[in-house]
Amino acid sequence: MFNVENIRKDFPILSRTVNGKPLVYFDNAATSQTPQQVIDVIVDYYSNYNANIHRGVHTLSQEATDKYEQARKKIQTHFNAKLAHEIIFTSGTTHGINLIANGFSSFLKKGDEIIVSALEHHSNIVPWQMLCERTGAILKVIPMNLDGELIMTEFDKLLSDKTKLVFVNHVSNALGTVNPIEYIIEKAHGVGAAVLVDGAQSSPHIKPDLQALNVDFYVVSAHKMCGPTGVGMLYGKEAWLKKLPPYQGGGEMIAEVTFEKTTYAELPHKFEAGTPNICGGIAFGAAIDYMNAIGFDTIAKYEHELLEYATNKLLEIDGLKIYGTSKHKTAVISFNLEGIHPYDVGTILDKLGIAVRTGHHCAQPIMDFYKIPGTVRASFSFYNTKSEIDVLVEGVKKAKTMLS
Amino acid sequence: MIVSITDIQNEIIDEFSMFEDWEERYQYMIDLGKDLPLIDDQYKTDSNIIKGCQSKVWVHAEMNDEKLVFTADSDAIITKGIIAILIRVFSNQHPKDIIDAETDFIDKIGLKEHLSPTRANGLGSMIKQLKLYAIAYQTQLK
Ligand SMILES: Cc1ncc(COP(=O)(O)O)c(C=O)c1O
Repeated sequence: MFNVENIRKDFPILSRTVNGKPLVYFDNAATSQTPQQVIDVIVDYYSNYNANIHRGVHTLSQEATDKYEQARKKIQTHFNAKLAHEIIFTSGTTHGINLIANGFSSFLKKGDEIIVSALEHHSNIVPWQMLCERTGAILKVIPMNLDGELIMTEFDKLLSDKTKLVFVNHVSNALGTVNPIEYIIEKAHGVGAAVLVDGAQSSPHIKPDLQALNVDFYVVSAHKMCGPTGVGMLYGKEAWLKKLPPYQGGGEMIAEVTFEKTTYAELPHKFEAGTPNICGGIAFGAAIDYMNAIGFDTIAKYEHELLEYATNKLLEIDGLKIYGTSKHKTAVISFNLEGIHPYDVGTILDKLGIAVRTGHHCAQPIMDFYKIPGTVRASFSFYNTKSEIDVLVEGVKKAKTMLS
Repeated sequence: MIVSITDIQNEIIDEFSMFEDWEERYQYMIDLGKDLPLIDDQYKTDSNIIKGCQSKVWVHAEMNDEKLVFTADSDAIITKGIIAILIRVFSNQHPKDIIDAETDFIDKIGLKEHLSPTRANGLGSMIKQLKLYAIAYQTQLK
């Protein structure tokens, strides 16, 4: 039985205060909090078996290597990849995206097309713009509607035999929209294009079956899934990963080096140059275990309850407008109070111990679309409660009174 | 007779010391923000903007009888309230006094967090900007 009060005991940070008030943490879409079970794994690593991996014959190195490779298997199982070496450890979503964008440099020629969506994190549009500059390829954008959903009939029109790659997030960070990636993948494959899905915002809420999705690449960050910062996963189909050139040169990624020629190591090491975030990778595995012990169905159901509760309560406030009104949403609410700047609302909420995100959420194009400077974004996790939402609603009311 | 920057700062510190809690302090800043005379629209240009990720700040400076007069605006009201305080301190002063002014009153009235460069509200570099204007006009005066 899911009992949120017990779950909260796993997260030491949830019992701290901010500005003299109990912390209400609603910035989960930026980063999630870390349960004791994961913290213990980090402490255990540095206390008992910290060593470099894949290199030493000594016991510590062997233990660290085993744990690291076990973590890779856990991630493989969780995302249902066919092969463990299709899982590449990265420093996070951004790294994974850059690795693919860089690799595609050698496949693209002038006039080829890359499709991205209007809902992207804007920092993630940059690698594709750079790729287009290098290769002469053209960037096309799937537009969105007022509900914050991608318009699939427009996507259909953008597809052609010139399309080489489609990049889309599974869930939008600014609005929480769940995008129809099944449809996008199938259609893109229909014209022979590869698909990279940014799973940074979906992975904390949805357990994707990568084989069933038949997606070519999928990237996530551990820190949004109760794991540590600075580590993530790039999944790639084996055939693609074999074809892609390595991204960075260094230790681990080579089989043999002479001054004439280097032979690259087998997957996954080909893409894992240098000493990786060993402890982070192991803790990522522990975070996945933690979330699975609760269960993604349970998490999704509970978070949906929080979303509905908060949506209804917030909409009772006069002059409050929610951006992103798709029926398919994760537990994210982006909103504004009429005539009030989101920064002011966020500042008052912080004084009340409530952590929300304000601003454009690295999604400037979405804010331009709605013609607003930004929003206040509250994003919920399975360890949040309805009474915390009540605190938020009272806080927003107070901000409104003070600011209008 | 101009009141000195130090005297104005002490006045502000006194005013703020009367507030019982953060709410009173913030309500005061919000009200200051509402009362701030707006910057003339012709000066609300991109070259006068101090860009923050979160809110924008516009600053305009002009000389009037050897004194530097600042006008400013922001799209966020709390930011505007803080601007109003800074303008009260630094506007209508001789450039040299602006350059020499201490700024630790910010700490004393509990606004340091708002003027931190990591806050990304455009205020982080506001004081620096005011002082730069003063330096520029001071050079002209010589
Ligand atoms: C949709 C999306 N993609 C990518 C990122 C970047 O993730 P990271 O900073 O962990 O690389 C984020 C994080 O905010 C995100 O929300």
